[in-house]
Amino acid sequence: MIYQDSKTLLAVRGLRVTVNDIEILKGIDLTVKSGEVHAIMGPNGSGKSTFAKALAGHPAYVVTGGEVMFEGKNLFELAPEARARAGVFLGFQYPIEIPGVANSQFLRLAYNTVQAQRGKDELDPLEFDDFVREKMKLLEMNPDFLDRSVNEGFSGGEKKRNEILQMALLEPKLAILDETDSGLDIDALRTVANGVNQLATCDNAIVLVTHYQRMLNYIVPDYVHVMEGGRIIKTGGKELAVELETRGYDWVGVEYKINARPAA
Amino acid sequence: MSSVLQNLVNQPYPHGFVTEIESDVAPKGLNEDTIRLISTKKNEPGWLLEFRLKAYQQWLKMEEPKWPNVKYPKIDFQAISYYSAPKPKKLASMDEVDPELLRTFEKLGVPMNERAALAGVAVDVIFDSVSVATTYKQKLAEVGIIFCSISEAVHEHPELVQQYLGTVVPLGDNYYAALNSAVFTDGSFCFIPKGVKCPMDLSTYFRINTQESGQFERTLIIAEEGASVSYLEGCTAPKFDTNQLHAAVVELIALDNADIKYSTVQNWYAGDEKGIGGIYNFVTKRGLCKGVNSRISWTQVETGSAITWKYPSCVLRGDNSVGEFYSVALTNHYQQADTGTKMVHLGRNTRSTIVSKGISAGRSNNSYRGLVRIAPSAAGARNYSRCDSMLVGDQCGANTFPYIQVNNQSAKVEHEASTSKIGEDQLFYFAQRGIGAEEAVSMIINGFCKDVFQQLPMEFAVEATKLLGLKLEGSVG
Repeated sequence: MIYQDSKTLLAVRGLRVTVNDIEILKGIDLTVKSGEVHAIMGPNGSGKSTFAKALAGHPAYVVTGGEVMFEGKNLFELAPEARARAGVFLGFQYPIEIPGVANSQFLRLAYNTVQAQRGKDELDPLEFDDFVREKMKLLEMNPDFLDRSVNEGFSGGEKKRNEILQMALLEPKLAILDETDSGLDIDALRTVANGVNQLATCDNAIVLVTHYQRMLNYIVPDYVHVMEGGRIIKTGGKELAVELETRGYDWVGVEYKINARPAA
Repeated sequence: MSSVLQNLVNQPYPHGFVTEIESDVAPKGLNEDTIRLISTKKNEPGWLLEFRLKAYQQWLKMEEPKWPNVKYPKIDFQAISYYSAPKPKKLASMDEVDPELLRTFEKLGVPMNERAALAGVAVDVIFDSVSVATTYKQKLAEVGIIFCSISEAVHEHPELVQQYLGTVVPLGDNYYAALNSAVFTDGSFCFIPKGVKCPMDLSTYFRINTQESGQFERTLIIAEEGASVSYLEGCTAPKFDTNQLHAAVVELIALDNADIKYSTVQNWYAGDEKGIGGIYNFVTKRGLCKGVNSRISWTQVETGSAITWKYPSCVLRGDNSVGEFYSVALTNHYQQADTGTKMVHLGRNTRSTIVSKGISAGRSNNSYRGLVRIAPSAAGARNYSRCDSMLVGDQCGANTFPYIQVNNQSAKVEHEASTSKIGEDQLFYFAQRGIGAEEAVSMIINGFCKDVFQQLPMEFAVEATKLLGLKLEGSVG
């Protein structure tokens, strides 16, 4: 939701990123204020996931230009774990499996690490168990999840729920959800979207990276950005997503090229 | 990120110090005279000298095994001193133990004195091949358990030693076992009489101290009918530039319904980050499930040595007997490990389980080599094997060599294997949840090794977890 006088959380200016020496992002500008929900849409290979991972600090994504300020501080001066502790959360498109590590153990370590950073109390295993079970209800998750190894043998939907559970625990200021809707059936999509909606407040912001409009039926964006060829080529309101659903992406690109043509 | 991984695996060896204690060292070289000297020094009976000489004759005719997947320069057996003992003293209590030695054990974190008492562990301390102190002996003696150095056993219980020595690992079994049989200097002896459940874990800490002194221990554990024992072996060696040879032999014998659990945490000096120095650990460990329903379980956590060549094995002769092997082998820098097990099924309905976890980091090479043999007599035998490898970084290697020989139609043998890698993506996932690389690696490794650590006695599991952490963690830059 767009609030009057809300703070700027994230300011991206001219961001350029290469992967394996190939330039993927060619100058991204984006401003996200607290309370807002942004959707970044676009065809495969347009750079959406690269943008998400670069913000979170994946080592394979090399920033070659531009700047990103998070709450007024240079985000790229922080190591990936420091960004997470500062409140940047990435919901993974493909969550990593960690065999032999109980989900409860992993969740508690992550939770306590972030709590310590915020100068808040850490929870012992028993306290944490009560706390996490409460959060799991939000996502209609079976408590069995706690005893299973992190993401190991989870279905696509279970993995995504587990991602949003982590978001619920860590209470980030900025949540970037990378294709959280992929691999979800309709019921799971609704549950996950409800969970995300309940976590949205006037103090945090959400950036949804997605191919399809369908998740936006449940999580209504304030802004929709279309990315193509490593640039944001169009920005609009929620109605833009609907238009994209019916007309596809091609017309946006054509329009962009016409507008970008230098005056003769 | 690769530099992070490199820093993680570059942790200096914390046990690299030499204790200054006067040693009684034999001249270098191996011949019949050396063997006679050892035997005389130890005041041994004639039958044992004969055993040694016979082994020596066999050894002369044998060749070093070439099949392990390890590389090292040829060992000059004439350049090794085969006997080294602290100057002998009669010790009546712990107070008389050389304080320098006690400090050494303190530095190693060995739980002795009150610590031993608190932990409920009886420690038979081996220091350069000779037992220095044995605690708890009295208490164990009350229930008829004999736990002492093998030299002492040779004198106090010659009939037992003579009856069992070399029955599981024959003196000409393999090159290093033959060498050990010829020159072994000390080791542990443990006898659990009929029906006795050993009231505490028995523990031995080994430590090679004299530079270039080979260490050849001999361990013999016998559990009579219905007896049970859990035995812990821990190893640490100081830092020297030359390679040291360690060729031990361990024999376990379980009679009807007996149960032996043998746990090892091995942290011999592994050489430096350039691969200079380190222990050659060429060990023969074998257990014989002689009686019906007997069980022998090996658990090992191998983190040290420049080269490890070790296959703790079970010969399942008694019907319904059970053999188990749980192993974590971690190699780093230029370490090489060729380790695994042999499960030889002879009796009916014998069962074996193999769980092997290999972790390779740096430029190391880690091989699992295992044999499951089902003899024609082993009707209804079953084996389950699981071999997992984990790679840390991209300059290390992991291999699995499972040999399976089935000669009985009713047998059931299963083998599972997997290879995984701690890579950028895994560490990034942790980082994105606020967890730093050190904690992440530690959590991943402990998760990977969980099935094995669960088999270790509590104190050992804690030690093993810390040890793996030490080997893999460090200054994360």
